[in-house]
Amino acid sequence: MSSIATLKDPSQERQKQMIAGHFTRLAKAKESGRKVVSTFVPGNLTELLLSFDLLPILPEINALQSGMRQRSAEFIQKAEKIGHSEDVCAYVKCDLGMLESGNVGPTGEVLPRPDLLLLSYTGCFTFLKWFELLKESTDAPVAMLQVPYQGGGRATPEMRDYVVRQLREVIIPALERVSGKKYDEDRLKELLARSAKAEDDLVWVLESAKHRPSPIDAYFGAVYYVGPIFSAFRGTEDALHYYRELREEVEDRIRRKEGPITPDGPMGEQRFRLVVEGPPNWTSFREMWKMFHSEGAVVVASTYTKVGGVYDDGFRHDPNRPLESLAEYCLGCYTNRNLPTRASMIARYVQDYHADGFLVHSVKSCDSFSAGQLLILRDVEAKTGKPGGFFESDLVDPRYFSAANIKNRVESYLQMIEQRRSKVVAS
Amino acid sequence: MTATNPGTELQALVSRAEDLAHDVTLRAVREWKAAEPSRKAIGYMPVYVPREIIHAAGMLPVGVFGAGESVEIVKGDAFFQSYICHIPRSVLDLALRGALDCLDGMLFPSTCDVIRNLSGMWQMLFPQKYVHYIDLPQDPSPGLGGAFFAREMRQIADDLGRMGGTPVTDGRLRASIAAYNENRRLVEELYQLRRSQFWLAPASEVYVLLRAGNVLPVEEHTKLLAEYLTLARQSGRHPVDMARVAIRGCFCEQPPVDLIRTLERAGCTIVDDDWLIHSRWPRGSVDAQGDPFEALSSAFLYRSPSCPSLYRAHERKGASLVADAREARAEGVIFASASFCDPALLDQPMTMAAVKQAEIPCTAFLYAENTGQFQPIREQAGTFADAIKLS
Ligand code: SF4
Ligand code: SF4
Repeated sequence: MSSIATLKDPSQERQKQMIAGHFTRLAKAKESGRKVVSTFVPGNLTELLLSFDLLPILPEINALQSGMRQRSAEFIQKAEKIGHSEDVCAYVKCDLGMLESGNVGPTGEVLPRPDLLLLSYTGCFTFLKWFELLKESTDAPVAMLQVPYQGGGRATPEMRDYVVRQLREVIIPALERVSGKKYDEDRLKELLARSAKAEDDLVWVLESAKHRPSPIDAYFGAVYYVGPIFSAFRGTEDALHYYRELREEVEDRIRRKEGPITPDGPMGEQRFRLVVEGPPNWTSFREMWKMFHSEGAVVVASTYTKVGGVYDDGFRHDPNRPLESLAEYCLGCYTNRNLPTRASMIARYVQDYHADGFLVHSVKSCDSFSAGQLLILRDVEAKTGKPGGFFESDLVDPRYFSAANIKNRVESYLQMIEQRRSKVVAS
Repeated sequence: MTATNPGTELQALVSRAEDLAHDVTLRAVREWKAAEPSRKAIGYMPVYVPREIIHAAGMLPVGVFGAGESVEIVKGDAFFQSYICHIPRSVLDLALRGALDCLDGMLFPSTCDVIRNLSGMWQMLFPQKYVHYIDLPQDPSPGLGGAFFAREMRQIADDLGRMGGTPVTDGRLRASIAAYNENRRLVEELYQLRRSQFWLAPASEVYVLLRAGNVLPVEEHTKLLAEYLTLARQSGRHPVDMARVAIRGCFCEQPPVDLIRTLERAGCTIVDDDWLIHSRWPRGSVDAQGDPFEALSSAFLYRSPSCPSLYRAHERKGASLVADAREARAEGVIFASASFCDPALLDQPMTMAAVKQAEIPCTAFLYAENTGQFQPIREQAGTFADAIKLS
């Protein structure tokens, strides 16, 4: 049997190099004279930052990388030692602990202190506190972008205009100051045009899960797929190539009627098609994925892959309306949508992707995702008639990951689906 | 220990306030509505909503701040994971058992992700009720954040007018602002009295008096405050020797009244706090002459108290707490936060550092609105009070 290394898709290799290159650019930022802007994933303004030649640094990505590299426990402990509560979001503590420990990034290089904290707290109030804490320890200036929440279930023109005016009057001047460059709208338009193309390919890839067998895992596998588009690469040539290559690989798999490639090799028979709500656990990511694929469960749609931005209803960045489309992107990201909208999205996924059921993974850290998930569970069950399952852990705090418990939950849930099926067949 | 011969009238008033403070099933609101069948009431959650708008629509603003220790949660727990604070589960429990039926709508301010998501849960569970999520402005400029907030308030005013309230004209809103200005003036007077002669207005009484305002029409509440001030000043209560402390972290989920009494019994008198902070929000008077929406908006931008839910770009973290503590001549600070409250607990290390740097002693503990066991807190507070007195 071939080794896992040989089974890696070329797109995965490309992504790895892109990320490594980005971290090296960050590590060398001071000597190369490039300025660094720290900002958050949901509704980020990557193209705008890149149009000023600024380097984005995303603390959530650093935290999840620390989780995957098994460093988060030590960082969280460090943060708790200096007075942070056990009760709060572990992403924040992981980042602060990393900062305290020398700020060494995932590639082993020291990450620079940010020159600006771009605080667009889309979809999560904890982001506010996170950057207040970073401001205290780095003394970097803050540029605040308020993205109104879709409390009434839609983004209104007034909300969009409010964001656009802040971009014009607050954010762009702040970026001009930190970069020493003038705002160049033509450059921004070029980047946005590339974003839209890459977004088309990403959407195609995510929707490929409608095939049987699904050529992708739309949760465990797709967290890699959304990496470039939700982080520092949207709008770049690299991202364009990555998504084109990924799409070709998936097209190939569809032709060959193959499923996704898991860390343990190609996935076998697909017995269960699931939709998942909630972020993954990063400290035991592979272990958790295995609990699914070893049982023949493939995820065909997930909400976490919409956390940076939602493309389902046709949204694409639009070079003809640069700031308006950036504003709409921010407003539309998943956790900026109200609970009824979130529940309807999940129900639609269950139906459109012909899922056998849906699972809610509730993470302790994240009130933004978690508060209300138990009602979402009931609502989606009622809307679709499909069984919902529920399991809990955390993003990067291994103290809250109980493998035996989760395995048990997942297995019993899948058995329940199986039993329901046999009942339907029998009747 | 806090009170010596308070007088029957004062006792009766405090006991009425206490009943109202514990009126989580909104008996007082039902009575108010029953007096005039067309009346409407609108609930709001912590931390801040512009109550003046509801009042100007002829409706009763009702603070829905959790069930405290008085109600056993039956249904609410089924909707929230164990790591989410207590207030949303008790509020939902009250609603599911029908105790909040008298509310014709609910306003959910942008306090945190939990209250934000609760607004959506309300839409799903009570589709026949009016629900509005209020995004408070985080941009500090009048032309941006201020204009955004003024529009948000106009929207609510229109909605309430359509719901059968009285149309919110500028004149009516100015009158409501004036009514709340008077209320805030007396609340401030109460806080001043407690600062200067805490034995006349102990914190546990101040708390129930303010909380009574959650279910009373503002005019009635103002009257209650005025009466209390008069009676407290005449009470002849004697000074007692206690450690003066400021308390922070209670801005949303409220501490049980017995917890406040426990602190008092342990020798701490609370001379400054952030509970029921909406009753002192904004600080000072709102302009009751010009455009009332803009007046409310600008008061929010420039005179909001410091609160973990609000981002304040130009404020050094903890600076206002240190200033408040000094003004109240607090000898120590107690950080008391609701368990699992991200805004309070993420704020705490920063504000605590500022307090320590100012060489003000401090201590910290967690509570839930339904905490029933106070012995550990009593011991901790007692040790803290002794340390302050001995220093
Ligand atoms: S609360 Fe959730 S969205 Fe917010 S920082 Fe933590 S993990 Fe991210
Ligand atoms: S107690 Fe804290 S976390 Fe809970 S609802 Fe209030 S502000 Fe939010």
